[in-house]
Amino acid sequence: MGFEFHTSSLKAAVNWARKFSLFQYPFVTACCGMEFMSVAAPKYDIARFGAEFPRFSPRQADLLIIVGTITERQGPALRRIYDQMCEPKWVVAFGVCASTGGFYQNYSTMPGADQVVPVDVYIPGCPPRPEQVLDGLILLQERIQRGEGHSQIAIEAERGYDVPLASIRPIGERQLGTGHGPETGKKS
Amino acid sequence: MSQAVLDRLAARFTGGELVATGSQHGDEWARTRRDTWLSVATFLRDDPTTKMEMFIDLTAVDRFGRLGPGMVGTDPPRFDVVLHVYSVSLKHRLRLYVGVPEEDPSVDSLVPVWAGADWFEREAYDLYGVRFKGHPDLRRILMYPEFVGHPLRKDYPKEKRQPLVRRHVGGND
Repeated sequence: MGFEFHTSSLKAAVNWARKFSLFQYPFVTACCGMEFMSVAAPKYDIARFGAEFPRFSPRQADLLIIVGTITERQGPALRRIYDQMCEPKWVVAFGVCASTGGFYQNYSTMPGADQVVPVDVYIPGCPPRPEQVLDGLILLQERIQRGEGHSQIAIEAERGYDVPLASIRPIGERQLGTGHGPETGKKS
Repeated sequence: MSQAVLDRLAARFTGGELVATGSQHGDEWARTRRDTWLSVATFLRDDPTTKMEMFIDLTAVDRFGRLGPGMVGTDPPRFDVVLHVYSVSLKHRLRLYVGVPEEDPSVDSLVPVWAGADWFEREAYDLYGVRFKGHPDLRRILMYPEFVGHPLRKDYPKEKRQPLVRRHVGGND
């Protein structure tokens, strides 16, 4: 009993440290990039939430922010970038195009980045206001604290730990998760 | 404003090379036959009274049974290739059409006349499937090589996607 209590407390401390030290990789493809710059710049200042430092190599990042429309042609590149990131890692879909394809409904646009990478938080809007982005980041931090990120669940499941959410949600392939979490309300 | 160009073309090409000409919203257009597409374009560039030095645009249109400008008859060619050129020195412009049938969707490349036509012809080939004879490197330019078909043809299903990668087999689409 004592041992179990000890590990869960340690986990909480580790997740607390993780959520305030996010190293983001901005995968910027479209106009949402302007709002992303606004969030990162001093006026809205994402640094207040511990995620101020964009790394332009996925190998140095643990938060993939998909900003803008993803085309089918970009799918393999996006997947490769995600695979190169260190675990545990998180993904935010920034704007409706990254979340669902947005108003593009045609031969070339991917209907949501979650077709190729597991997304933890979807931020709607075309583009989302900076306040929405900060709200989404706080939502992500809450999920990190609770250990609900797709990659966190996958790691725990691989190690055989008992994770509350992992026990109630089926996990398909290892390291991929289910694709839609409890807060998103997104149907598959 | 470039009626002089049409007059000059009509004076030079008297053997039926010009199928039709017209003027719309202040811009002049001409339709030529497929076998004279290259010679009319070369003339437009080289003649001192036309001097179309500047390639503006080249694209294709899928008429899909409708008649384009200057088309006649009951069995019109399915595609139009549309060229826009401009003369910087004489300040006039012209739009040139050529009909391309579905059975043999090919027409002479204009890259030897205007180098700028290169990527535009690749785009028209990629999205409409029009082959440009004599093009130095006729590959897809927007879609990926694995893509099957030509997505801007009117009979391509509007939302048919051809994914390269998916997390789940048989994903949303």
